[in-house]
Amino acid sequence: MLDIRNLQARVGGGADILKGITLHVNAGEVHAVMGPNGSGKSTLAQVLAGNPVYEVTGGSATLDGNDLLAMQPEERAHAGLFMAFQYPVEIPGVSNAYFLRSAYNEIRKAHGQEEVDPLEFLDIMEKNLALVDMEPSMLNRSVNAGFSGGEKKRNEILQMAVLRPRLAILDETDSGLDIDALRIVAEGVNKLRRPDNATIVVTHYQRLLNHIVPDFVHVLSAGRIVKSGGKELALELEDKGYDWIETPAEAVA
Amino acid sequence: MTAPVLLREFEDFAANGGGSGPSWLLPLRRAAIDRFAALGFPTPKNEDWHFTSVAPIADGTFRALPGGPARSVRLAAVDVEPFTFARPDWIRLVFVNGRYDAALSGGAARPAGVTVTDLARAWREQPEVLERHVGKVADYQRTAFTALNTAFMRDGALIQLAPNVELETPIHLVFVSTPEAAGSASHVRTLIVAGHHARATVIESYVSLGGANGYFTNAVTEAVLGEGATLAHLKLQTESERAFHVGTLQAHQGRDSHLVSFSYAAGGELARTNVYTLLAGEGSGATLHGLYLLDGAQHVDQQTRIEHASPNTFSREVYKGILDGSSHGVFNGQVFVRPEAQKTDGKQENNNLLLSAQARIDTKPQLEIFADDVKCTHGATVGRLDEMALFYMKSRGIGAEQARKLLTYAFAAGVIEAVGVAEVRAELEALTLRRFAGAGAVAAS
Repeated sequence: MLDIRNLQARVGGGADILKGITLHVNAGEVHAVMGPNGSGKSTLAQVLAGNPVYEVTGGSATLDGNDLLAMQPEERAHAGLFMAFQYPVEIPGVSNAYFLRSAYNEIRKAHGQEEVDPLEFLDIMEKNLALVDMEPSMLNRSVNAGFSGGEKKRNEILQMAVLRPRLAILDETDSGLDIDALRIVAEGVNKLRRPDNATIVVTHYQRLLNHIVPDFVHVLSAGRIVKSGGKELALELEDKGYDWIETPAEAVA
Repeated sequence: MTAPVLLREFEDFAANGGGSGPSWLLPLRRAAIDRFAALGFPTPKNEDWHFTSVAPIADGTFRALPGGPARSVRLAAVDVEPFTFARPDWIRLVFVNGRYDAALSGGAARPAGVTVTDLARAWREQPEVLERHVGKVADYQRTAFTALNTAFMRDGALIQLAPNVELETPIHLVFVSTPEAAGSASHVRTLIVAGHHARATVIESYVSLGGANGYFTNAVTEAVLGEGATLAHLKLQTESERAFHVGTLQAHQGRDSHLVSFSYAAGGELARTNVYTLLAGEGSGATLHGLYLLDGAQHVDQQTRIEHASPNTFSREVYKGILDGSSHGVFNGQVFVRPEAQKTDGKQENNNLLLSAQARIDTKPQLEIFADDVKCTHGATVGRLDEMALFYMKSRGIGAEQARKLLTYAFAAGVIEAVGVAEVRAELEALTLRRFAGAGAVAAS
């Protein structure tokens, strides 16, 4: 489904942060991408979503055979990509309901489907709100404005539930969450797992992986995947920390 | 319209009865034109006009006393219908090229204690109230455009509310300009007198029809608020982008009165709106909101002046601007606190959103405080669309154009929500969304 080959990227004219990532994700799989601060794991998520701050300097990334890197961020969303932001953006003045309905309809339009009207959309929302334990009143609030950290992350999962992506990337969704919020978020993600979709969980800590059990764990260091394994690799990391992971010799880009 | 031409035009006007009217009117006109002759058109050396050159108006050939086509044009009700908020029931006076049109005006019958009448008729029927207030609030001594209006004013409106009268539905004044107005000026004048504890909403719409251009609107509204009175005043300026507009609202507020002003400015090649109020009575206050949306080569200037002249007075002010193209916006917000105005509570804010690299805003908050026990704050911001917010929306599948439109709208939403008339609020929402629908300057990089 997702096919990343030798992906390299940087910010502005700086040195590469991603120095050649190769990763394959099949439908039905959950992959965890772990690594210390500055290893490039969030950059990988942002580059896949199309954050214009990053510049791809080499390699390729395709989703179902379509060249992700040639698409605008909105086209990637239409193709089924979704990234839950580490720091969801506040948009005062735009209601959650309007924002989500716009996104939902834009994706439907891209697939040649009819738009849904506000009433139909409310039905869709009601089913999904319960999934992340949110009150319907949050639909009338501005997007993320004045939300607590936990509410923002739950709102990301709500968006994911409504938009039903083919590939979801959770960028450090667990950071800053207390255990209750973490459980709600993880349960939401688990309920959304289907044989035809896939999830990449980017995280610094193992604790989220107690709740979202990965099929594969990859460890990033200095812009490269230095180790891959099963879910037991995450436990090993928790046990020993990141220090035992070998840091690759400074690479030729 | 150089000053000497105007002075000659005035002499013709005076020789022909000065538009007739009560005996005190011609001397008032003469005092005003003399003052205009002394002041001349403001230049950028004048601090109140520092960022705005009125040369296109001063050098223009706008006739103060247009005759012929400009004043004989006849419109049908359907022509002005788009400006009526689908509320034919509102008390409404319609002016075409500065001239009152009885056939287009109407709406509900005036409730007891409410006078809404055109000025030409009011000169004849209610000269006392006009004599008491006209030229007493709007300061022609200091302001050249107000002096010019005072010298040449002929049509406009008189709105009078008896004490304790509360009017639920708005009073709507519509000033329409047509292509026949080209080359002429209209000096429309409105007087609003709210008795003690009266409450009303007055909407002034300045609009163009059929590609009208090359005309000059110089409107003056003076408002007198009695004790405990509340006046909501909404000015909607959507003249043609080839029109010239100067509009002044000047108010005098009695004890515990409240002026709630909203000023929307989206039209004009060169436009200026002044909102001035004197908080004369203790406990009085002013809430001023404004929204200006500029594009192309427009130059639109807003000046507000709040004079705290009594203790325990308050002011709340938020003006927001969205500028695209190579437009130039100006905001100058003056707050004066006189020595006797202790316990003044003032807050002023001006936020600007620049959608293009060529758009320019000059923002000048100006606080002058002569009392020692006051609470006054002010702030101004100039920014661009938040790139992270744009990316966030796009990452959810919302296209670049739609995302920009939504963010732009969201910026304006705060002041639009403050508009108390639902029909006007809905119209402003639609106008704002439509205005920048095609903005392409912040294209995806």
